[in-house]
Amino acid sequence: MSSLLEMSGVSVSFDGFKAINNLSFQIAEPEMRAVIGPNGAGKTTFMDIVTGKTRPDTGQVLFGEMNLSLVGMSESQISRAGIGRKFQKPTVFEAQSVRDNLAMALRNPRGPFDVLIFRGSRKDANRIDEIADQVGLVDQLSRTSGELSHGQKQWLEIGMLLAQDPRLLLVDEPAAGMTPAEREKTTDILIQAATTRSVVVVEHDMEFVRRLNCKVTVLNEGSVLAEGTLDHVTKTPEVIDVYLGR
Amino acid sequence: MERTFVARNPSVLWFLLGLAGFTVLITILSEATGSGVISTSFVKTLGKTLMLCLVAIAMDVVWGYCGILSLGHFAFFGIGGYAVGMWLMYARTKEIVVDNLANAVIPATEAEINNAIGIQIFGVVGSSEFPAIWVFSDSLFLQLLAVVLVPGLLALVFGWLAFRSRVTGVYLSILTQAMTLALALYLFQNDSGLRGNNGLSGLQNIPGLGHLSQAQISIGFFWASALALGGGYPLFAWVLDGKMGSVIKAIRDDEARVRFLGYHVESYKLFVFTLTAMVAGIAGALYYPQAGIINPAEIAPIASIYLAVWVAIGGRGRLYGAVLGAVFVSLASSWFTGGGAPDINLGFYVIRWTDWWLVLLGLSFVAVTLFFPGGIGSLFDKLARRTS
Repeated sequence: MSSLLEMSGVSVSFDGFKAINNLSFQIAEPEMRAVIGPNGAGKTTFMDIVTGKTRPDTGQVLFGEMNLSLVGMSESQISRAGIGRKFQKPTVFEAQSVRDNLAMALRNPRGPFDVLIFRGSRKDANRIDEIADQVGLVDQLSRTSGELSHGQKQWLEIGMLLAQDPRLLLVDEPAAGMTPAEREKTTDILIQAATTRSVVVVEHDMEFVRRLNCKVTVLNEGSVLAEGTLDHVTKTPEVIDVYLGR
Repeated sequence: MERTFVARNPSVLWFLLGLAGFTVLITILSEATGSGVISTSFVKTLGKTLMLCLVAIAMDVVWGYCGILSLGHFAFFGIGGYAVGMWLMYARTKEIVVDNLANAVIPATEAEINNAIGIQIFGVVGSSEFPAIWVFSDSLFLQLLAVVLVPGLLALVFGWLAFRSRVTGVYLSILTQAMTLALALYLFQNDSGLRGNNGLSGLQNIPGLGHLSQAQISIGFFWASALALGGGYPLFAWVLDGKMGSVIKAIRDDEARVRFLGYHVESYKLFVFTLTAMVAGIAGALYYPQAGIINPAEIAPIASIYLAVWVAIGGRGRLYGAVLGAVFVSLASSWFTGGGAPDINLGFYVIRWTDWWLVLLGLSFVAVTLFFPGGIGSLFDKLARRTS
């Protein structure tokens, strides 16, 4: 099993503060991975680097069999290369319907002139229904997404990610603000997604991470502190010191 | 399942019907073809208003839909006016010069004619030489091409530089103000080649149509304006229909998120910015022959700010809102500043609307933005919701 994403020796600092310090990280395809760590450990910056929002000072980020270097690529190029990202705060386009949100995310040509003459095909419509079914929003397709509940917005955003059909999914705190029942469903959606692609879940909530039942990477001060099963990392003394002990 | 374009955009049908009815009505009431109930100058005012509606729609697309608060779109409008004005002025002056020289004993040479035209046009700025930018002025076709290409090209270059550097929000607005200010200041110079602050004049006289009265010409331009607006409205409705509209609105609401969806946001902004600039150029090209004169003051920064005010008062994010705003504000403006509104005597102070109109406009802009963000257009939305 070769790795899909490979980061090595990545560092980035903001005004002298080292947000990421010589970080190395690999993930296979398919694989589910949870990334945990205290506030300021560099979890969000890690995602920013992978998705092209932040450019690392040093180190390399390679993606796919062709070892495509993501450093210096724009956000939209990286997205088209097959990396999707879900933000912590649900960011769906609230003025538009659930269907339009999904249609925009669907994997289709993304140039302005392609989009201008684009009119949805039957195949696209079917795919939207399929995804809506997967994330439990079939009955909501025509609704304005601003009217959805917090949990539904989160699922819509996950649905949009699935519609993009990325090889690597980065998910930032998907369970934040959800009810226990919604959490359970979110877990199911993510586990399902991870059967065919790589999924990185950044999460605070240990209970949620336990349910994902996957390998865990613990970040602290911008580098990897420990890696392994949840039980393994929670028994690591360094982890207990910096994170769990507090 | 898939509804038709008209079903998805009911306003297009209503708009076109209304515009067609209005055009017929004005034609019947005009001096040229009907009863003469309304004067030729009022026909011109109405024709000009239609073109203000068109540029307001363009502004609504770029601001209300795409979220780019451009405060420079009137520059494109003015460029369109200048481009067509150059041909009008050149060809008209040539007609006069050729007429005058026709009775000469020795037929005038090409060079003499050209020289005489040069003196006629550029005498006011103390020159008789044709500046380089007038090279195509004898070709109506090329000048009409310039009406769309020059604003388009300027918007493309300006937009590319600005969007590529991810200049957004108020910074972009300031930059666009600087663009239109720079252009106006440049045109104010006598050696800019476009007659400095004199601008181009006599544009109401159409070369080759000397046998027609102004009443006939005015109704012709009114029809052309109605046609341009009747084409522009469905064009933008079509662009904003479907997925393109989704992406454009998404960029307005959260452009970073659109990037992570894999769309190259800058290309979309550039597309919208350039397309609307070209339409603004067309609107200007039809406006100024009806106004008769264009000078650099027309593209002063304030003009583009007015444009934003119309769209805000009419209701952003609705094409008909832009139309309503442009009509309402420009007609109100001529009523208040034309002495139509009675002065208010407060005893200790008399409010003269000619002075206070701008204050009123400013206050209504603030009020609409704060308390009534949907503008006038939102009243129609409510009406439509009630009937459906």
